[in-house]
Amino acid sequence: MLSALSTSQRQAALVFLVLLAFVGLFVAGIGRADPIAGHGWLVLAVSLLSIFAILTRYYDPEPPADRAGSYYDEPVKVGIILAMIWAVVGMFVGDWVAWLLVYPEMTFAEPWASFGRLRPVHTTAVIFGFGGNALIATSFYVVQRTSRVRLAGTLSPLFVLWGYNLFCVLAATGYLWGINQSKEYAEPEWYADLWLVIVWVAYFVLYLRTLARRQEPHIYVANWYYLAFILVVAVLHIVNGLALPLSWAMAKSYPIFSGVQDAMTQWWYGHNAVAFFLTAGFLGMMYYYLPKRAGRPIFSYRLSIISFWGITFFYMWAGSHHLHYTALPHWVQTLGMTFSLMLLIPSWASAGNALLTLNGAWHKVRDDATLRFMMIAAVFYGLSTFEGSFMAIRSVNALSHYTDWTVGHVHAGALGWVAMITFGAIYASVPWLWKRKTMWSPALVEAHFWLALAGTLIYVFAMWNSGIIQGLMWRTYNESGTLAYSFIQSLEAMRPYYIARAIGGVFFLLGALIGCYNIWMTIRAAGSAEALRDDHPQSRPDPALEMGR
Amino acid sequence: MFGLHYKLETKAIALVLAIIGVSSIGGLVEIAPLFTIDQTVEEAPDMRVLTPLELAGRNIYIREGCNACHSQMIRTLRDEVERYGPYSRAVESQYDHPMLWGSKRTGPDLARLGDKYSDAWHAAHLFNPRDLVPQSVMPAYPWLARTQLRTDDLPLHLERLRTLGVPYTQAMIENAAADAAGQAAPNTERAWGVAERYGEATNVRDFDGAQGAPTEMDALVAYLQMLGRQTAIAHAQAGDAP
Repeated sequence: MLSALSTSQRQAALVFLVLLAFVGLFVAGIGRADPIAGHGWLVLAVSLLSIFAILTRYYDPEPPADRAGSYYDEPVKVGIILAMIWAVVGMFVGDWVAWLLVYPEMTFAEPWASFGRLRPVHTTAVIFGFGGNALIATSFYVVQRTSRVRLAGTLSPLFVLWGYNLFCVLAATGYLWGINQSKEYAEPEWYADLWLVIVWVAYFVLYLRTLARRQEPHIYVANWYYLAFILVVAVLHIVNGLALPLSWAMAKSYPIFSGVQDAMTQWWYGHNAVAFFLTAGFLGMMYYYLPKRAGRPIFSYRLSIISFWGITFFYMWAGSHHLHYTALPHWVQTLGMTFSLMLLIPSWASAGNALLTLNGAWHKVRDDATLRFMMIAAVFYGLSTFEGSFMAIRSVNALSHYTDWTVGHVHAGALGWVAMITFGAIYASVPWLWKRKTMWSPALVEAHFWLALAGTLIYVFAMWNSGIIQGLMWRTYNESGTLAYSFIQSLEAMRPYYIARAIGGVFFLLGALIGCYNIWMTIRAAGSAEALRDDHPQSRPDPALEMGR
Repeated sequence: MFGLHYKLETKAIALVLAIIGVSSIGGLVEIAPLFTIDQTVEEAPDMRVLTPLELAGRNIYIREGCNACHSQMIRTLRDEVERYGPYSRAVESQYDHPMLWGSKRTGPDLARLGDKYSDAWHAAHLFNPRDLVPQSVMPAYPWLARTQLRTDDLPLHLERLRTLGVPYTQAMIENAAADAAGQAAPNTERAWGVAERYGEATNVRDFDGAQGAPTEMDALVAYLQMLGRQTAIAHAQAGDAP
């Protein structure tokens, strides 16, 4: 990866890393009475390790001056490997906390190992670590192929990728040390948030500059989604993260909004993190890898347009459905519910567009587990968007809110849609990137597919059951007109479902581990250089990526 | 329309501007009015601020991620009101930076937890929930009782919150560290200062049952005992005594 850098770029990287090391040392010094010092030392250590890595390769031969004739795939490769590492970490911690709800003593008597601190490690590692790295890596891959141009920068893609991972590490270690802002999916404190803004701006600039150099007149639909993901996540992150730190030397901050305004801002963020991180970004992935793998162009160009703008417009109104029957004004709740229902149209337009693209390629779906991952992802996307619109109806939400049904819904999306489309995209990309004909073992891809599907179904069915039972027990009255069940009775009733959920998680984790092994073996296997000979900017565009009019 | 889009796709900057424009409308329409419409948050003249000890307890609650399993928002539904108490009013969290309404009840709602159990119950329950509730799946927090509370930075906490609009007085800020110790040490000179600055209704007790400097257990129990007690508006409107 470092051999792609010219001498001047190696020097620039060193200067930046020395500065970063000093920032780390400075924070460790001024914050020595505060948990923030730990992060100062961490940044210092990461900078020193990176400096060391560059110095050992400093005198390596320079890359050729003109590399416009090839794609820049090193960051993509590293991103995919990082995504898989985060997947295993995140899913392992997720399953651990799932077992903690069955056996609450199954942990260490240390603050870092308690449920409340581990849970955000799970959500952050899976959403931002696994999902985010997969999005960054595939967006780098896709924007180059669909624009037929090399990434507009050599150093900046590395900065985006490693800078983003530094954010993820700051976030996850912070929770373990008790640094947590409490905002769901936005738990990291102000300094990690600021760092992410810098990384994200670099990502946006890189993406835009690459698009500006494209050799294709039209911007391919996958890039619309990646662009929306980058842009809107930036807006959401900045507005929801507005906070007043205690001081530059302290990790703690107070968000500037309070009470009902904070709740609305948080769920405007929270729901659209789902929309633009977990939906738009992964739809971008789907719009490239699914037609490419199936060898068929997207079914309908017009449906793509309708669903893209529908999602971009409708989703932003839907956040208030997280606050039905609360102290949020009724008119905002009603707007949220209404737009959540309308959202079903663009969502199903996307899911339908994906599934109809497979017409004429269903025999490939049968034979190829990689494509089947993507097909099942589209199915779960359709199911969970339907479920989401349904749960946004106020009277349904009265039952479902605060219960495990929400958790089940999130995981139908996260396991069934996000992880499945990502595994499909990764299994497609790995042989392309490392110049192999196929994955090392297609049989293991098949095994991963069935483990992932079984795990998802067990998980989702367990949570539907537990959520609906919980919701019903909480509102059941006996004949004398008083509540029939105490809270603890409803908790006891959850136990079999919590066991089932944790077992489903084991299945899913096992699948991911098999995937890691298969990817590792594919990378190590001797490659055949003739595979994908025409994967460069001068090659003809793939007919499967042509859009109709 | 599709022809127009066919042209839009060829201009990256136009696409960027269109995405920003289309995506900002929803948030602007739903969030901006919440700051300007007066009825959004009702008036509660008796609303009091958190004491430094309670605030420190709130920050421990956040640090340990309690909000992942406990909501603090009773919805306007009959079963919730009967199970937990009068439904939550917007004003009750108007000083909450951030709000802790929560979105999941793995454990029960805590919006009206204050005074429901004794301090000793809370301290024992936090030490190990299964000692008191055998079926509980809540984590044990044994380190709270043996960790001394950091109080020297409390004036800074109050000052920052005042900047954000929480009505802390200069005297409250200056005495924050002493007040935190005083609230957990009844019948001392410092305890009188707490009642003087925060009102006679403030709980001044030895929350963790152990003498000496305040622990994190003191702070967390003080916070839990205050939940739902900042204003009586919800009880007054529901027609029952607080």
